[in-house]
Amino acid sequence: MKNIIYLLSGIIFGLGLALSGMIDPLKVKGFLAVTTPAWNPALIFVLGSAVVVYFIAFQLLRFRKKSLNGEPLQNPSTRPLSIKLLLGAAIFGIGWGLVGICPGPAIVHMAFLDKNFALFLVAMFAGIELNARLPFTR
Amino acid sequence: MHFQHEILGGVLIGAGSAIPLLFEARIAGISGYAESAMRPGSKQGRNAVVFLLGLVLSGLLWRLFGQTLPDPQHNLIPPYPWPIAGFLVGFGARLSGGCTSGHGVCGLGRASPRSLVAVIVFMSVAMITTFILSAWL
Repeated sequence: MKNIIYLLSGIIFGLGLALSGMIDPLKVKGFLAVTTPAWNPALIFVLGSAVVVYFIAFQLLRFRKKSLNGEPLQNPSTRPLSIKLLLGAAIFGIGWGLVGICPGPAIVHMAFLDKNFALFLVAMFAGIELNARLPFTR
Repeated sequence: MHFQHEILGGVLIGAGSAIPLLFEARIAGISGYAESAMRPGSKQGRNAVVFLLGLVLSGLLWRLFGQTLPDPQHNLIPPYPWPIAGFLVGFGARLSGGCTSGHGVCGLGRASPRSLVAVIVFMSVAMITTFILSAWL
């Protein structure tokens, strides 16, 4: 049952990435290229509608206080701003801006067997693992 | 309406994030799942592996239904920045505690001020990076 929940969630999430165009690096670059006349702001609607759906689910959970399997809701947003948050977001932004690909689309792209995406993905997992192992990043 | 693919795609992304939240109170974006999946021995790790498997399956389904990449011209982006970009994306996302989905969808959906700051920072930096690249090339 649990496996089905996570498998379906992954499939639905990935189809959303594909349908919305988030898996197309040129479309993402077109969204990020705010200073050019070819700027395409369409992707902001992807974030907007995803946030609305998640917001509704979160309010529902806040109202029920517990998830369907009885887990209490935890809200990790009360921690103060940290230098790690700012620095990490800036580093992530450079990588995202370089090729227009973030983690979800990189994983969906495994189905397309593209060399560039494979290089991206291996390096991404290396970056994730390095952060997990460095003592000062925790 | 011109943006139906974007809006429907966003609804699916939101739903894929919300289902683990509603069933198990699991709050995670893709980079969070990716980190958990590196430790498949734990309970959270196993769930993360299955979720990522679903992501790959969605790509296969997308191909099965005859959909290809909208534009294979991304190969015009030279190969050398891909591993650099991948490393920065993975390292930066985990250092800041989330990526486009973790801070963007889950964080903004929870009205988290930290995530709002993270989204503003990574979007601005990505836009500046794109601007510098276009000025260079």
